[in-house]
Amino acid sequence: MRRIKVVILLIMMLLPVSLRAQDMDMNEYLFGHIGDSYGWHITTINGHHVTVHLPVIVHSKTSGWHVFSSKHIEEGEEYEGFHIATAEEPHEGKLVEATPQGLVKPLDISVTKNVLGLAINSLVLVLLVLLGARWYRKHDAREEAPKGFAGIVEMMVMMVEEDIIKECVGKDYKRYSPYLLTAFFFIFINNLMGIVPFFPGGANITGNIAITLFLAVCTFLAVNLFGNKHYYKHIFWPDVPMFLKAFPLMPLIEIIGMFTKPFSLMVRLFANILAGHIMLLGVVAVVFLTAKLGFAMNAGLSVISVFFGVFMDVLELLVAFLQAYVFTMLSSVFIGLSRQEPEEE
Amino acid sequence: MSLITPDFGLLFWMTLIFAVVFFILAKFGFPMITGMVNERSERIQDSIQKAREAELRLQNLAEEQKAMLDEARAEQARILKETAQARDAMIADARAKAQDEASKILSDAQVRIAAERESALRDIRKEVAILSVNVAEKVLRKDLSSNESQMELISKMVDEASSERTN
Repeated sequence: MRRIKVVILLIMMLLPVSLRAQDMDMNEYLFGHIGDSYGWHITTINGHHVTVHLPVIVHSKTSGWHVFSSKHIEEGEEYEGFHIATAEEPHEGKLVEATPQGLVKPLDISVTKNVLGLAINSLVLVLLVLLGARWYRKHDAREEAPKGFAGIVEMMVMMVEEDIIKECVGKDYKRYSPYLLTAFFFIFINNLMGIVPFFPGGANITGNIAITLFLAVCTFLAVNLFGNKHYYKHIFWPDVPMFLKAFPLMPLIEIIGMFTKPFSLMVRLFANILAGHIMLLGVVAVVFLTAKLGFAMNAGLSVISVFFGVFMDVLELLVAFLQAYVFTMLSSVFIGLSRQEPEEE
Repeated sequence: MSLITPDFGLLFWMTLIFAVVFFILAKFGFPMITGMVNERSERIQDSIQKAREAELRLQNLAEEQKAMLDEARAEQARILKETAQARDAMIADARAKAQDEASKILSDAQVRIAAERESALRDIRKEVAILSVNVAEKVLRKDLSSNESQMELISKMVDEASSERTN
């Protein structure tokens, strides 16, 4: 025990010394972690950046398709007429092309940090589920229940299926359960991988509005494409006094409601995960920000920050599960509402 | 990169990746697991149902047994009772018959006794008549040695006989 304490103390003494040299730019620090980027910066060793270079894929109206590695544009350099826009230019942080008409944003489908993270997490997700499902090929599931890993997968899947989907969707839940299960595990795995602080985790995927937008649109489609007669009657001709329908106040509200429901899904997931990341990063940043305040102050606050960091991490584990649960449950509820049969009277 | 404007490139890749993930999981992942689990739970349900049925059948069997036993016992009681009744009836019957027989024998005996006595009385009467005739003869033989006395006696007797006839 004593030896461990000594080691920790030594690390604490050394950390501020090695970091004191650089001043922290909070903005860059925060946005570098929660935002997207063309290369995946892993760490810096002795001033040398360790970065995973990713392919940049852009289509310019004037010069056509360009595919090149992100290492060419890393430090604001220009490559094939493209560079990353600075704070003063429009489309800050995005790749822009310098043309005679000025800076133009090309069609950009680069494999960015988030795309790579998404691909890795999706691979992990598919492997986990397929490994869980593989057990059933080798065993007679009617005779025995899986143990170990397959047991955990089965437990999770059945928890979502029985407690969320079956409960909230109702009669024909089987039709929606593949999408809802995929959404749950997709969000859950991406949330968890977001908490892992080093490569290949740490990408802020479910805290990115494009991802949550896509998921919300999927739910929106699932709700509205398969809504039954009763659902649409409820929207366009609800059971309210005539003057509320003649001047179409209620239909208007209902139609707005069609969009606010998935919108709230989108914002909830995005904001929760983003806020979690920012909180964690903020707590960790205390260690570096207080480096200038002297050893005693720095050491004291670092201890506090580590404690808070542990607390936040555990909290984020809970949030990772909770947000996946909430997204799936609300999606199920919305789908269930769109499939509701009128009550027999 | 702005936080709240969705980036087209990411959206594009997300659509692609999610579609692939969804396809794989919806085809090979989740239906496999949920289907198998449902099969298992159906089987468990089935087994429970069967066990319950077997238990019910067993219970019914026990009840049936009990009912049969009760029935047999009731039958036994009934038979015993009937036998007792038959026995009592038989005894009463026999008693009545014996009484009849006895009274018949008694009355026969009485009739016979009466007849015996009658005949005995008749015999005695005959004997007495013969004896009295003999006595009368002897008396008469001694008294009728003379004629007058004979005549006297004859008239006396005729008187008596005539008076008897008028009476």
